Amino acid sequence: MSLLRLVWIFFRVGVMGELAYRANFFMQLLESAVDLGTALGGLAVVFSYTATLGGWRPEEVAALVGVFFLVGGAIRLIVQPSMEQLLESVRDGTLDFTLTKPADSQVLVSIQRVEIWKLTDFVLGIAVIAVALTRLGARLGAREIAGFAAALIAGGIIVYSFWVILASLSFWFVRVENILVIFQSIYEAGRWPVTLYPRWLRIGLTFLVPVAFATTVPAQALAGRLSWQSLAGAYALAALLFAVARLLWRAGTRRYSGASA
Amino acid sequence: MTGVQDVYRQQFKTTLASFIQYRASIFIWTIDRILEPLIYLVVWSAVARAAGGRVGGFDTSQFAAYFIVMMLVTQVTYTWVMYEYEYKIRHGSLSFALLRPIHPIHTDLVDNISSKLITLPLMLPAAAVLVALFKPAFSPPLWAAALFVPALLLAFAVKFVVEWTLALSAFWTTRVSAVNQAYFVAALFLSGQMAPLSLLPHWLQVAASLLPFRWMISFPVELLLGRLTVAQAVTGLGAQAAWLLLGLLLLRTVWRAGVRVYSAVGA
Repeated sequence: MSLLRLVWIFFRVGVMGELAYRANFFMQLLESAVDLGTALGGLAVVFSYTATLGGWRPEEVAALVGVFFLVGGAIRLIVQPSMEQLLESVRDGTLDFTLTKPADSQVLVSIQRVEIWKLTDFVLGIAVIAVALTRLGARLGAREIAGFAAALIAGGIIVYSFWVILASLSFWFVRVENILVIFQSIYEAGRWPVTLYPRWLRIGLTFLVPVAFATTVPAQALAGRLSWQSLAGAYALAALLFAVARLLWRAGTRRYSGASA
Repeated sequence: MTGVQDVYRQQFKTTLASFIQYRASIFIWTIDRILEPLIYLVVWSAVARAAGGRVGGFDTSQFAAYFIVMMLVTQVTYTWVMYEYEYKIRHGSLSFALLRPIHPIHTDLVDNISSKLITLPLMLPAAAVLVALFKPAFSPPLWAAALFVPALLLAFAVKFVVEWTLALSAFWTTRVSAVNQAYFVAALFLSGQMAPLSLLPHWLQVAASLLPFRWMISFPVELLLGRLTVAQAVTGLGAQAAWLLLGLLLLRTVWRAGVRVYSAVGA
């Protein structure tokens, strides 16, 4: 319970910091809207030539785009800024202040910075999913919704753990921020169903850089095509990555000596 | 008396050395430039298969040829001046460039070419791998291959001049990211990066030909794939030359006006 309160406090501090720059909200909204328009425009061109794309119907791919914005928004809202802050504090030694606080350091580090305006991507993503689903119609039951929520949570844990693992490498290596940028580039591939990609790329996007579980799998749940095996697989990978992230974080903070001390 | 070629030679040595030091970020941009055409290649191949093997005059191996050539043309023509000038003008570091007795565009040009030379060892193997994986159908007529060289160089020149001019919008506004985004979205559709232009709705094709976008990337690709007649190719080269002249004229005017309003914030 105290964990949730902690998250809430950090969130509020982040919001207050950003509220000083209100004009940025409109810029961010405009950028997100144009970005979304581009994605949907691309879909319109593609689907003017075909009725289905690798077995996916237009509304299903639109829902996938919604999931892509939702997850990407969540990453840019809190995970990415916090992890970038972590890299900086490992380098300049200010991580000392976090480590001496009487709460779990991984939690503190993971929520230390919130870029509140990125909520626009998050909200637009939800809106797209909602519109796509209403157009998809009646076939959506409680089973699909539950599967979607479950897949989304698993995908969230996977992506979060993956970021923690990458960022924890900064305890051993100096220039990790470049690796983070590469993740951003590769995440772009998640705009489309990974089932389209050739086998080698699909495997890479599933296990090497787990984009598939963050976007394609939740969208498959919405389309009612998610088998319980792949959901179980998602949770197995989520548990594994979460444990690895935790171990790496522990080992890293033990190794960290505080550059300033 | 040192000529402009001496300046270029020296600048080239300096930038090359500094880029070799800081190569990581340049390589990351290269990954972006490989991944984007690869994604669209996969998507359009899926469309072609769904439509019974062919879509709008392209089968899967022709899509492969299109996007692999597109990738290489993008490698030759890309610039990042639009991101850079926002920073330079807002932070005032442009002041140093203004103190030098040579127009800053020369430095930018050398920087740009150096970065392309450095990333070529990554780009060419990537192209070779994609050729092996996707088996493109590629047999350009000899005349088209010959005209491809000037078309490619002109495409780079037009893109560089247009983007350099647009980058100067930072003299007047601090919200450059909105300008950049609008431009890059237009470029994504209109310069043929997302799909061959012939697959787009007619009004977008017209816009792509009237604006400089088609001439900055798509035209050399269409030419090398043998999709143009001789007359179309010559007209295209003419359009490129016209845009280059117009661009240079605009660049001169905007640069002069911009430097006058520049107050070096922070200096």
